[in-house]
Amino acid sequence: MTVGEICDKLNLEVLSGESGLERNANGVYICDLLSWVMAHAQKDDVWITIQSHSNIVAVASLLELSCIIICEDAEIEDETVRKSAIEGIPIVSSKKSAFELAKDMVNLGLGS
Amino acid sequence: MDNIRYDFEIEKDDFERAGEASSSIKKILRQLGLNSGIIRRVAIAAYEAEMNLVIHSNGGSIVIEIDPRKVTIFANDKGPGIKDVKLAMKEGYSTASDRIREMGFGAGMGLPNMKKCSDDFSIKSILKEGTFIVMKMFLKDGD
Repeated sequence: MTVGEICDKLNLEVLSGESGLERNANGVYICDLLSWVMAHAQKDDVWITIQSHSNIVAVASLLELSCIIICEDAEIEDETVRKSAIEGIPIVSSKKSAFELAKDMVNLGLGS
Repeated sequence: MDNIRYDFEIEKDDFERAGEASSSIKKILRQLGLNSGIIRRVAIAAYEAEMNLVIHSNGGSIVIEIDPRKVTIFANDKGPGIKDVKLAMKEGYSTASDRIREMGFGAGMGLPNMKKCSDDFSIKSILKEGTFIVMKMFLKDGD
């Protein structure tokens, strides 16, 4: 499944990095500690977090994550938006909690 | 393959550019055609070293050397040095400030992650002088 398809099906707002909407998404990783994400998230994972400063794009890009979903409407810095556009990592915003988003992803069949 | 070496200067507190050196290192390894497993290990180790320099040091450098047998990362800084290296190597131990922790850093996983990603890891720290880390990732057939 692509990031674009997930966003369409779940009605998620893509804030930037649209060039990465064709990226493949295979799993989900949820965490707000960047070193923990670095150690455990896998390539093509959708990353759900409330962290929204620009360094999240560096983490996602280094690990080749498929996209970043900022949950619970956490405010997103302009620099994050700018960097995600450069790296082609979609930044997606959602009102939902990480748990609710995870349930949605399971229902879509992600990770199975 | 000849030996290749790149130097990256890392500024203290420069969160805006933090991660750029690691991204460049990853691109270099990709261009050299190394396999994704070793690229991931080097990228994680370089990122953690880079973030440590940004968060904890007075600035320093990340140097990467690639020779036919291995990839070596040197992370050297200009202080302040680590009081208790053994404690710093423990998962979960961190001296990061609350502000840094709120950003999702300071999990106390940086040095342990670096060690895990390396085949050979050495750290030396002298108070007021600096911390000097060498990480080696050996290339196997197929890397």
